[in-house]
Amino acid sequence: MTAEKIFKNPKNLKRRKFINSLMIFLCFVAAVLTILPLLYIFIYTTQSGISALNIDFFTQLPKPVGEEGGGMANAIVGSGILIGLGGLIGIPIGIMSGIYIAEYSKSFLAGAIKFTTDVLSGVPSIVVGIFAYGVVVLAMQSFSAIAGGFALGILMIPTVTKITEEMLRLVPHSLREASLALGVSRWKTTVKVVLKTASSGIITGVLLAIARAAGETAPLLFTAFGNSFWQTSIDQPIAALPLQIFVYAISPYEDWHRQAWAGAFVLIFMVFIVNFLVRYVTRNKFG
Amino acid sequence: MIYEMYVDSSASIEKFGFGFIFSSHWEPVKEEFGALTFIYGTIVSSFMALLMSLPISIGVAIFLSELVHKSVRTSLSFLVEILAAIPSIIYGFWGIFVLAPFMRTTIQPFLQSVFGFLPFFQGTMYGTGLLTASIILAIMITPIITAITRDVLKAIPVAQKEAAYALGATRWEGIKMALLNARSGILGGAVLGLGRAIGETMAVTMVIGNKAQIMASFFEPAYTMASVIANEFAEASNEMQISALIEVGLILFGVTFIVNSMARLLIYSVTRNSQ
Amino acid sequence: MTIEKLNVNDDINSAESDALVESEDNSDDQVKQKNSVVTNNLFVYFNKRPAIIDISVKIKKNSVTAVIGPSGCGKSTFLRSLNMMHEMTPSAKVFGEIYINGESIMNFNMVDLRKKVGMVFQKPNPFPTMSIFDNVAAGFKLDGSGNKNELNEIVEKNLINAGLWDEVKDRLKTPALSLSGGQQQRLCIARTIAVNPEIVLMDEPTSALDPVSSSKIEELIYRLKSEFTIIIVTHNMQQAARVSDQTAFFYLGKLIEISRTRKMFTNPKEKLTEEYITGKFG
Repeated sequence: MTAEKIFKNPKNLKRRKFINSLMIFLCFVAAVLTILPLLYIFIYTTQSGISALNIDFFTQLPKPVGEEGGGMANAIVGSGILIGLGGLIGIPIGIMSGIYIAEYSKSFLAGAIKFTTDVLSGVPSIVVGIFAYGVVVLAMQSFSAIAGGFALGILMIPTVTKITEEMLRLVPHSLREASLALGVSRWKTTVKVVLKTASSGIITGVLLAIARAAGETAPLLFTAFGNSFWQTSIDQPIAALPLQIFVYAISPYEDWHRQAWAGAFVLIFMVFIVNFLVRYVTRNKFG
Repeated sequence: MIYEMYVDSSASIEKFGFGFIFSSHWEPVKEEFGALTFIYGTIVSSFMALLMSLPISIGVAIFLSELVHKSVRTSLSFLVEILAAIPSIIYGFWGIFVLAPFMRTTIQPFLQSVFGFLPFFQGTMYGTGLLTASIILAIMITPIITAITRDVLKAIPVAQKEAAYALGATRWEGIKMALLNARSGILGGAVLGLGRAIGETMAVTMVIGNKAQIMASFFEPAYTMASVIANEFAEASNEMQISALIEVGLILFGVTFIVNSMARLLIYSVTRNSQ
Repeated sequence: MTIEKLNVNDDINSAESDALVESEDNSDDQVKQKNSVVTNNLFVYFNKRPAIIDISVKIKKNSVTAVIGPSGCGKSTFLRSLNMMHEMTPSAKVFGEIYINGESIMNFNMVDLRKKVGMVFQKPNPFPTMSIFDNVAAGFKLDGSGNKNELNEIVEKNLINAGLWDEVKDRLKTPALSLSGGQQQRLCIARTIAVNPEIVLMDEPTSALDPVSSSKIEELIYRLKSEFTIIIVTHNMQQAARVSDQTAFFYLGKLIEISRTRKMFTNPKEKLTEEYITGKFG
């Protein structure tokens, strides 16, 4: 059959048109299928979470099984401490390697760092947890906030590096030249002009990394370990919000489940806010 | 990092050698460890997740990049991004309380009544188990594969599609051609999603049932590498168990490393050409 | 790769006697001392492809030199080699000698050289994160030098010098991006001359501006001549004729002619120059 006949054949054309509509319809179904769980998870968590959420949740310690009430104050503070420690490790390293990759991209070392960061971003968080266990917990002979922070810090590095690199690349070349032409050294140009111009983008990247780290559970299981009491010294086991949710969720007690939902709601709300913020800032800045 | 883990697991590596990978015994009390069940659980759950997620992800990516108006696209992309950012613990939590009961009461009986003659769909319906874990994983990796597929499709020159349309191709035929051109990049995205599924811990731990066994049925509980580490590490009773768990971690690292490197190479090969 | 030795070399030598610089019987060292910028056999390659070929010029102190020529002829490349801006581009290679006030630029480090040889760019590029005041003081602030009183003085003086003071004196703390394009460019000039360079390079400083702003910049150039040596790249021949003392014509990476501006525009030596100036190509 010649090509002309194929095209002129009305049956063939009908079939092609049918396949066309069918596939486009299937794509639409796929989109709905993807969005559905998101909406479901979000609405479900919000519903269950808000009903369990009260002032006590933020101010009280967990109560023993059987007693009503109590909250996750220690876990929230614990998460804060862990993220702070993680940020202390992850943010400077991430930003510095981002700068190096973006500004000195031709060197071999920059390529190596880029590859390492890509690999690091694919390493399962639980493996990072084992690493932190080996390096910190074994050395200190105790589970501790430091170990948990260390693990979170490592997990933050790839995100921060990637965003820093991308944001620095968006800074127009002419600004670098303007500064260099004034006789400002390369290093000062990078810090005082390029970094400063890209700062809002980098801050959103840091926020994103923090939001991600805040939800991490796996590496904390055997580094921060969890704690049901107030604990703010960083060489002791410490509670964390996702850990607490995990423990409560797999427990058989109805009241604990409600608490866990409240915790989940707080987490999801935070993630949502941060993502929204990031969207807003990056759109404003770079269209 | 690799070195550190190797040193920490050396006790177990020395004791069990290659048998570690092929033995399915995991009995902490007797100090006998073999990782085969976990490797099996990881591979099966991840591949099933990929199988479910891949067609859907490609569909969404096409939908996002080709079919909808720009304003819809931005908000939809945003939703997909959020889906990727939700902590895995929340997926797991949702999995226990919403998905698992739903599986037990609706999906699993349905599958059994239709495909019950296959060994995969026989046995007790717990709700939790391999199939449920795979579905959760599929939901979790869909945003990743979607994002990459979308980027790869965007990298295909518009002129190519226009050339196809100019020859009288239907919309789908044009898209099909773009997909064919982007196939190695899409494969890269799929492999990246696979890597994520392999390493995913909390959500899987919460819904897979955590039982070290290899069963034909997808309804049965199973165990993955990541979840055995999560469950047993903190309360491991002796040095040998910790060492064995770290070795599991090392295998996990090795597998994800290879999978991710492959994915990166595939993605680079497409996006580089387009620049 | 072999480079054809140019036969225009002889003509350049004869052109020099017409240029502002009369150097015939001076020794080599004296030539370098007497002139602000001297280049000898300057080549720049990008990825092994030559962008400018064998440029030898002498530029006198406190003069304005215009560099003209069609797009892609190497004018900007030439300009940027004078303050080692090519160091930013890894694929660029520079050969030949450049002397600034008699000293080879190989003897400077990059930072010192750029303090002596300032540059104004095609598009106004004030630092978006800084105020008007900070932009003028940028050369000092970024280096962490200069106290507050000194900076106040420097900023005022240079804004006056750049003809911008009256327009911005009441809003020195507002962001630099709130200025119009022409004001931004004058701000950039103020920023450049604030570090007190000896030579100011201008790379098509008015091509992104409207005619009124352009003429203000031209006036400014004319005024600044007393303090600085200015080299300006322009694709606007009228502008070159208005502001410069001598003009260099580049074509395909080669220096075709350099002579007094008036002579160049009334009675050019080279046929190519005449064709370009009269608009037959380019």
